[in-house]
Amino acid sequence: MKRVIKGNHAVSQGVRLSRVKVISAYPITPQTTIVEELSEICASGSLDAKFIKVESEHSAMAAVVGASTAGVRSFTATSSQGLLLMHEVLHWAAGARLPIVLANVNRAVAPGWNIWADQTDSLSQRDTGWVQIYCESNQEVLDSVIMAYRLAEEVRVPVMLTYDAFFLSHTSEIVDVPEIEEVDSFLPPYEPELKLDVEAPLAFGGLMSPDLYYEGRYTQHRDTMRVLEVYPRVCMEFQRVFGRKYDIVEEYRTGDAELVVVTAGTITSVSRIAVDAMRAKGKPVGLVKLRIFRPVPAEVWRSVLGRFPKVVVIDRNLTAGLGGVFASEIRSVLYSLEERPKVYPVVAGLGGRDVTPRDLEGIIEAALGREDPGSEPLFWGLKE
Amino acid sequence: MSRGELLQPGILSCQGCGAALAMKLAMMGLGKRTIVVIPACCWTIILGVYPYSALQVPVIHVPFETAAVVASGVRAALDMRGEKDVEVMAWAGDGGTFDIGLQALSGAAERNDDILYVCYDNEAYMNTGIQRSSATPIGAWTTTTPAGSLKKEPKKDLEKIMMGHSIPYLATLSVAYPDDAVKKFRRARTIRGTKFLHILSPCPPGWRIDPSQSIRTARLATLSNVFPLYEVVDGKLELSLIPEKTVPVKEYLECQGRFKGITPEMEDLLQRNVDRKWEELLAEAEKERQALS
Repeated sequence: MKRVIKGNHAVSQGVRLSRVKVISAYPITPQTTIVEELSEICASGSLDAKFIKVESEHSAMAAVVGASTAGVRSFTATSSQGLLLMHEVLHWAAGARLPIVLANVNRAVAPGWNIWADQTDSLSQRDTGWVQIYCESNQEVLDSVIMAYRLAEEVRVPVMLTYDAFFLSHTSEIVDVPEIEEVDSFLPPYEPELKLDVEAPLAFGGLMSPDLYYEGRYTQHRDTMRVLEVYPRVCMEFQRVFGRKYDIVEEYRTGDAELVVVTAGTITSVSRIAVDAMRAKGKPVGLVKLRIFRPVPAEVWRSVLGRFPKVVVIDRNLTAGLGGVFASEIRSVLYSLEERPKVYPVVAGLGGRDVTPRDLEGIIEAALGREDPGSEPLFWGLKE
Repeated sequence: MSRGELLQPGILSCQGCGAALAMKLAMMGLGKRTIVVIPACCWTIILGVYPYSALQVPVIHVPFETAAVVASGVRAALDMRGEKDVEVMAWAGDGGTFDIGLQALSGAAERNDDILYVCYDNEAYMNTGIQRSSATPIGAWTTTTPAGSLKKEPKKDLEKIMMGHSIPYLATLSVAYPDDAVKKFRRARTIRGTKFLHILSPCPPGWRIDPSQSIRTARLATLSNVFPLYEVVDGKLELSLIPEKTVPVKEYLECQGRFKGITPEMEDLLQRNVDRKWEELLAEAEKERQALS
């Protein structure tokens, strides 16, 4: 059924449709309305779940670690400082191979306090072992929750889906909300092989000697890489049931492009407009939208981005002392190609600063007019 | 320990470890339909190195500050699975309870989640090598309260903090009184909501006592009223043991190396604090007794 809903409600509807059994969360702006709607969904009985209303995000993640180890489908949501507070337990969930799904509303990190869109929060968690999915629209948010459970439970790896504060979290769009029976046919009940069970006692997460720990970590890495095989299949099956198509990356007007803009999140929509405008002026430019990050889809990035002479990477995030995360990782992935595209790193829109189609046109013009991209990122729109 | 018990031989504790005995008593009281949640603490080690585990019940190891809330998560999942008769026990040391885990414990207690939280208290961070915690008593030597800078602050009154949450059951236990301890574990099992058990667990290396003296030291803690044994059921306090003849705190202190440097002033303060607390407990118990009669 088509409904006009906010991004946050796309999450809570996705959780309801996924028949999650335990939810634990702490309110944080701009995630709060997810928690509110899930409280109502649980209170009304339209979802048969326990909602543990905890005293911190650290506890929220710990509660779902407990619930997931006990063998039930579990969910939490957060943003910014809350995600950072979860950091220790994010490592734990991934290391323990728990298929938890987390929705993170991308928000800038303090100080100064800032509640607006910025991807530094999730990207600073890139080494925790979580799969990250970046979403562009409310429909994508809802669909990603459902797909995330399929993926997480098959590979036994936790999945974080992210989307921009306010641009999606509090903005209403038309979303096709599937019937729960349809979702049932795509997402089977969660029945883990190993769980906390008094009939078959096991110890989870105990002391591991140097003799074994290394192999444990390798196994985690190997299986996390499996996401790149499993995810396209999950997308194909999703398309068969629901008719909507997703992939590891998405290309837009790239056919004969000599320059592509690479984006993740809502700047993608802005970039589409800019690409159209540039095409109207006869400039051969296109767009590549990143959807999966961690694992790094290195082969896909090489085969897609390697085709273009110029690759402009827009980062709405900053790792101080380096630049944007996506640009840095894309550049390192492309290094092994014999003919490497020139990578133009751009940092833009930090802390929710507006990035308009005109900004994107300016960024593209700047890259088109410059042969040497340099190593220092272009901080677009910085006030003097 | 004999075969067939839920705590099997092969544990990695020090000799005379109070915490090892405490777990044996817990298992005797709780039985096999129990799931144990263990944060960073001595029991992370005592249980054994992967792939071995000395407990014959399911165990989940978790980050230091999360014992209570992971137990809440496991509880919620068991409720969804319809396994309401399985008890979920969080089992943490004093560091994980009085200090780093207090926030999550307070959260679980405020929600009155149906879990059993046990603090085995050896009065310092023993797993990392004897550093002071907020459970360390006045006058105790630790590696972070060395000679010349012995701990000056009294032990945090965790019972009062926990009773501030109006939980349905709280009790203090000692490895020197095993029958009482097992009875309290059994009783906790029958109560729904957050149960908090505080068990004094002597640590021979940390307390500077001979391993053969663990039980005697724990008994002196109770006989001197340093660690009185009582239960609070729905807010009503009942003493489990009133010593026929109270032992001076000095006698308890003198049997341990960690109090070797204690000053007479500290010793006086400790004795006064113990006396005041005991009078409070007696008065509270008397109030309850009169209310009943």
